[in-house]
Amino acid sequence: MNVQKKSSRLGLGLIYFFLVIWALIVLFPFYWMILTSVKSFAAYNSEYIPRFWTPNPTLENYVSAFTTVPLGRYFLNTLIFTVATTGLMMLVIVPAAFAFARLEFRGKNAVFAFFLSLMMIPTELVIITNYVTIVNWNMRNTYWGLILPSVTSIFYIYLLKENFESIPDELYKAAKVDGTSDLKYLLRVMIPIAQPTIVTIVILKVIECWNSYVWPRLITYDQNYFLVSNGIQQIRESGFGRENTPAMMAAVVVISVPLIALFLVFRKKIMAGVSRGGTKG
Amino acid sequence: MKTKNNWKAWLYLLPAIAFLAVFMVYPLIDVCVYALEENYSFAQGEATGIGLANFRYVLSDPYFVQAVKNTFLIVIITVPVSTGVSLLISLGLSSIKKLQNAFQTIYFLPYVTNTLAVGLVFMILFRKTDYTEGLVNLLLGKLGLGGVDFIEGPYWAKMFVMCFYTVWVVMPFKILIMTSALASVNPDYYKAAKVDGASSFRIFRKITLPMISSTVFYLIITGFIGAFKAYSDEVALFGTNLNAAGMNTIVGYVYDMLYGSSGGYPSYAAAAALILFAIVFTITYINLTVSKKTVQYV
Repeated sequence: MNVQKKSSRLGLGLIYFFLVIWALIVLFPFYWMILTSVKSFAAYNSEYIPRFWTPNPTLENYVSAFTTVPLGRYFLNTLIFTVATTGLMMLVIVPAAFAFARLEFRGKNAVFAFFLSLMMIPTELVIITNYVTIVNWNMRNTYWGLILPSVTSIFYIYLLKENFESIPDELYKAAKVDGTSDLKYLLRVMIPIAQPTIVTIVILKVIECWNSYVWPRLITYDQNYFLVSNGIQQIRESGFGRENTPAMMAAVVVISVPLIALFLVFRKKIMAGVSRGGTKG
Repeated sequence: MKTKNNWKAWLYLLPAIAFLAVFMVYPLIDVCVYALEENYSFAQGEATGIGLANFRYVLSDPYFVQAVKNTFLIVIITVPVSTGVSLLISLGLSSIKKLQNAFQTIYFLPYVTNTLAVGLVFMILFRKTDYTEGLVNLLLGKLGLGGVDFIEGPYWAKMFVMCFYTVWVVMPFKILIMTSALASVNPDYYKAAKVDGASSFRIFRKITLPMISSTVFYLIITGFIGAFKAYSDEVALFGTNLNAAGMNTIVGYVYDMLYGSSGGYPSYAAAAALILFAIVFTITYINLTVSKKTVQYV
């Protein structure tokens, strides 16, 4: 018995050891970006062999991150893009999910099956024509051009429809008897009940918007309309003059902070949401 | 009541249908048209004929061949590695009590970071320039290994950092899904096996693995699809000119044909995108067939 206990203790120690190793692999890049961002330009460049600590941290890189490149502008653009896309998407998907879940109309099943089959289509296939469409509509370097192609998501319609359907039918029938209109029922009853799912969808969409890179890169070439991802790429290629790595890292920290803060606040909700409806990997 | 609802229901669906028609259904047809139009470019404007010339061009383009090779290497390396490691980590997580929450939170962090931004940190860590040795090379030196520039150096080094970063990025999702699958296994099975005196390896093989096999296959299938679409992680590490770095992917090839200094050829882009879709479709089909034969649905 004693031997067994010892060996299981050893096993547990090994498990913790490997878990700590992976935690370090995950955390180290974050440590390194913060560390580098507070090293002064001179100090960083004099380190042929990188140091794990800096004696005199400075915030000058954060100042130059906002003054040398229009980081504030990128931020504002991303914020506008994220809020507008998420808001518009809710206006599109909530009514659609409601129609599929509660309303009766001819061809409902056929339309829904068609929607589901479109879910298989990868963005890479439709992005070519969408690019041409937006160019033809003269919407390059506009918020509309950035926003419009990503305001529908069949997957979220599906997720919401499932949730709406789990709300008991009796509520709907009772509301009908009372003469409540469909719209009023949707706004007053269904949306409040389905709120957890709606919050999940909003959070997932916000993460997606904040990190989107490919579409904005195609649609914007004017810096005034860059999102943070494009901004950081621009900074990498021509941002701070000759290789100002500390300033670049300051920009990386600034860009990473909002989502990490959001995550730490809504940790449970985000993780539950991703395991239900997230895709990445 | 049915008829009364009819037109109103369509009204609720109208926004979704309109957006899908313009940005999904029409492009789907249009991409096939592009792919068949020969010698079409934004500059030229007119196609000279209809045929398969675009596919022939793309398939014989050395950049595309390189992109296919890179993409397949990324898929073949990162999908098994990330699935395997995430399984091990999740098993570890599910067998501890203390700090479980803290570990889970930390492991999830890469999911909520901008991959373009954190890619730059990886670039700094793995790079070796005239001014700095770079951290990874410092460690390699301590181990008595020669230094190598992982960002602009030999192909295998670039591929290594590429795959390492990809795994780092995809792990949170896999760990999360795998951990919740493990947590949902009925503990009575384990108790029964312990009473029977089964070894822990046997318990894993005979109980845990069959119970989570559908999740593992789900992760493998989505992992394949995701890895075949690799692109922004590459840009984060090697910059936008991936062809010059020799690290382009199929998706990168599509975008390069569409836009940028090498762009303006939507027909080539369309042909490459359709080839990618065919590959992903085939692999997913094979995956599903295999999983139907092996997965035990309980």
